[in-house]
Amino acid sequence: MSDRRGTFLAIVSSLWVGVPFLYGVYQLLVKVPALFGN
Amino acid sequence: MWLIILGYGVIGGIGLGIGYISPVSTLMKWFPDRPGMATGFAIMGFGGGALIASPWSSQLMKWFGADRHGLATTFLVMGVVYAVFMTMGIVLVRLPAPQWEPPVVRSAGPKTPHAAGPDRTANEAIKTPQFWLLWVVLCFNVTAGIGILERAAPIYRDYFPRAASPTALTAAAAGFVAMLSLANSWGRIIWSSASDAAGRKNMYRVYLGLGALLYLVLIVAQNASKPLFLAVCIVLLSFYGAGFATVPAYLRDLFGYLEVGAIHGRLLTAWSTAGVLGPVIVNAIADNRIAAGIVGPDRYRWSFAIMVALLLIALVCNELIRTPRPPNSVATVSDTRTATAATSREGVR
Repeated sequence: MSDRRGTFLAIVSSLWVGVPFLYGVYQLLVKVPALFGN
Repeated sequence: MWLIILGYGVIGGIGLGIGYISPVSTLMKWFPDRPGMATGFAIMGFGGGALIASPWSSQLMKWFGADRHGLATTFLVMGVVYAVFMTMGIVLVRLPAPQWEPPVVRSAGPKTPHAAGPDRTANEAIKTPQFWLLWVVLCFNVTAGIGILERAAPIYRDYFPRAASPTALTAAAAGFVAMLSLANSWGRIIWSSASDAAGRKNMYRVYLGLGALLYLVLIVAQNASKPLFLAVCIVLLSFYGAGFATVPAYLRDLFGYLEVGAIHGRLLTAWSTAGVLGPVIVNAIADNRIAAGIVGPDRYRWSFAIMVALLLIALVCNELIRTPRPPNSVATVSDTRTATAATSREGVR
């Protein structure tokens, strides 16, 4: 596997996993302010 | 039903274990100077899988329906997508060459990176006291974390029942659970990475010793201060995640690289045991106290006291851990990267 292809695959797979992961983190973060609302 | 038990339970469970251990041991070999950071990232990623899978599976069931046909389609779609992801992992993940060393600027790293221990096979490792001491350390550390995580929402409602409305209280409890999940997740990277500089043994002293003190704070302070309660729970849950994120690097310090993945697999029986022990302790005692008509933080006083005791026992076990001496027979299979017994003794602090 060439370096360029390997880098491409690494970027695609990082985005593929990273975007939904960050969405999951965001979903957790938006719940936290309710802790301080009462 | 048998297909669910065999496919999702047995085969899926085996796959989960393989998927958990393989990247952890591989990453440690790519980052021999920072094994704690490497395992922290890998194990945070494992926890992050729940962040993706949970909302995604719920969404799929909304699309396909929650009836028999919809659930079957949901499983099918998830299976196909997981197969694609795992195949991509096969393409990307590689073991480094035996003599490989990272071409990093070492000045940025710890000045005295901790050497790997003398190589041991899994069968040799489980015959050492170090393995079983570490088993107790991991089991009780995880038990203490699950004690809160398992019952987080009811604990919050019992500690701080006052709210503008029942809806606000439910939202606040959900916020508490979310906050603990984040602490659990980031604790895996932060504390495990810190172990590369501070030493594995020292970090477990903090997880266990400070963890016991923080549980005492929960018992004594009760609901006197909400910020204090939240801060204590955040740190406790970060130690929970850190405990099993740091343990592969601890194993590598003790037993070398030779079969660290297999040894890690055997050690994870401690996690399984804790998965039963933690909820049983907290739920059984809390349910008993509720039946006795006790309200508020007092419902958890005894559960938390037991957690303090377990953490102190684990602290003593951690103190008793020593790097095993390399047997003569094993020395022949040690590769050139393996440190000598003398240097590895310095490695486990």
